[in-house]
Amino acid sequence: MIPFIIRRLLFLPVVFVGVTLGIVLLMQLLSPTQRAASYISSEAQLRNIEAIIEQHHLNDPWYEQYWAWLQAASRGNFGYSKVARLPVLDAIRARFPSTAELAFAAMLPVIGIGIWLGTAAALNRDRLIDQVVRVLSILGWSLPTFVLGIWLLVVFYGGLNWFAPGQINSQHAIDLANGVADGTFHRFTGFLTLDSLLNGRFDIFLDVLKHLVLPVVTLAAVSGAQIMRVMRSSLLDALGQDYVRTARAKGLPESVVNHKHARRNALIPVLTLSGFTIIGLLNGLVITETIYNYPGMGLFIATAATQLDYPAVLGSAVFTAIIVVLANLVVDVLYGLVDPRIRYA
Amino acid sequence: MDDPADRGSIPTDDGATTVRVTQHGKTWKRFRRNPLAITGAVIVIVYALVALFAPQLTVRQLEYFRNNCVRDLGLGRDSIGDIVNPTKVAFWRAMVVPPQSCFSIPRVSFSSVPIPRSDTLWLGASSGGYDIYYGLIWGTRAAFYVGVLVVGVGLLAGAIVGSVAGYLGGWVDGVLMRLVDIVFSMPSLVIAIVIVTILGQSLTNVMIAIMAVQWAPYARILRGDILAIKERDYVDGARALGAGGPRVVTRHILPNSLGPLVVIASLDIGSVVLTAAALSFLGLGAPVGYADWGQMINFARDWIQGTPGHPFAFWFVSVYPGIVIVLFVLGWNLLGDAVRDVLDVRS
Repeated sequence: MIPFIIRRLLFLPVVFVGVTLGIVLLMQLLSPTQRAASYISSEAQLRNIEAIIEQHHLNDPWYEQYWAWLQAASRGNFGYSKVARLPVLDAIRARFPSTAELAFAAMLPVIGIGIWLGTAAALNRDRLIDQVVRVLSILGWSLPTFVLGIWLLVVFYGGLNWFAPGQINSQHAIDLANGVADGTFHRFTGFLTLDSLLNGRFDIFLDVLKHLVLPVVTLAAVSGAQIMRVMRSSLLDALGQDYVRTARAKGLPESVVNHKHARRNALIPVLTLSGFTIIGLLNGLVITETIYNYPGMGLFIATAATQLDYPAVLGSAVFTAIIVVLANLVVDVLYGLVDPRIRYA
Repeated sequence: MDDPADRGSIPTDDGATTVRVTQHGKTWKRFRRNPLAITGAVIVIVYALVALFAPQLTVRQLEYFRNNCVRDLGLGRDSIGDIVNPTKVAFWRAMVVPPQSCFSIPRVSFSSVPIPRSDTLWLGASSGGYDIYYGLIWGTRAAFYVGVLVVGVGLLAGAIVGSVAGYLGGWVDGVLMRLVDIVFSMPSLVIAIVIVTILGQSLTNVMIAIMAVQWAPYARILRGDILAIKERDYVDGARALGAGGPRVVTRHILPNSLGPLVVIASLDIGSVVLTAAALSFLGLGAPVGYADWGQMINFARDWIQGTPGHPFAFWFVSVYPGIVIVLFVLGWNLLGDAVRDVLDVRS
């Protein structure tokens, strides 16, 4: 298995070069002046575009520009994001924990409810729970993130005012996020939920939790519905197999047959799907964070794109690609744990 | 099937299968017996009809607003009715080659406050005074336009890349498939955002951005099919009779693998439309005022909260476009699920 993991990790540089080279080549479609625009932040600079083009080598041939970019990137310098008013790497570092927190929070209902309800539906085929699950999965599957997000906001914020957009409400917490705190609140992990608990601030914990509810529901709906569907159909498939009949004939208890024999096998297609789910979640994060004004990577990419903040878009795209490759690697390794038949060639 | 990376089969997502012609009768019967499949097909057909007859369905609005669309169709105050008369040229012209100006949503006012429904505004107007009904009907047409074009070009590009990689093999195959891997290792929305950011914000660039992702799965499926078909006896036979590489690919291999791929690809129209709408929603799509579903949902973002005492005063701004999008996705999902199920030779 170790050689397999190493081989997959060797693909990372290929993705890195592919993604960055693709973007740098695309950028050549813009004139040097247009590309210089992303470095301009004051009126004085505006009158001196030639100097900026010179300073950032925007007139050089593309391979020299790419080489320069690679050299800078290897030193951890991905340029300056004018949207975040920070170096790109710092901006990503500041936003990533919020996104990871949201993604993990969404994974719980996606996997938990998806597998649990899917199993319940398959084991009670054509009974009430099965019918409910089937309707729910078709509905959830057909609700685009941006429609569901807007609808939830209209009902639960506009109408009922139970939840608000954003990440936190209390002024203290906002000060913390902006780095102007009084030093009593420590950011141990970067995850606001965990940090507030570690600091013993239950008020902030509840506040953060309250803001997570709608984004998590929005994000989890589509992926959860898909997992639920595939879990149900693959468990039904497994329950019809000969080895399940054999297990029953041996007189094994029903719960052992269902969970040890049928469900373990049924999980394999679900695992395949979860690889796609990771990509789906990342797509959903861009939309969800934009709708709820949640200060994470997704909102950063979307804002950077609309503001033509090229260094930020390039840096985030590279970062996202690396996350996807690593996540897929984890899924592939999990395969081997679930299905011993798989060999890592 | 040793490498887990190749184990891409989910019960509903198996494209690399070939269907024999003799199975068609049985296939159709199985499809007909599935009520969800029929529901999906009916929904998709209704949307297609709405897209086709968009000018006829909005003739009252055209009459009321008399926008540039009417002018560009060469119609006057008295001749607008020609649009609904199949014996007139205007009927066919509006339906087959409507001028671009027909895709601009007419505005009833320049107020940012949405206006509830009335006799002329059948579904009300969103912020900016854009007629919601007109936008949704012509938006359906724009959606099909985007979906069909993107899937068509994506399929063509994917077929070329896939057959070149599958037939030539060797390092060409290696390079092309790594390219596919790179595309698969990025969230499609992020790729599209990057491309639209660099190329500039327009509907054409949105389509280019989605095409840049959409070819990859088709290339991978077709390559797999070709690798399998290449080993068949009749291909060897053709080669033994002196057929060259291109001829073997286009005459003997492609006809046997393209059919199922075209079906699989056409089912992606729904998801392509959804991606385009998502980009528009983020403000990266068509210019403001273009009949486009994503933009119409985006209008709703400014009117999440109602007026004091009436928390849901502006419900129509988010509900109508939302329902249109959800039903569209539902239709394609149901249809796609049933067709993939039927195409799956394992069951």
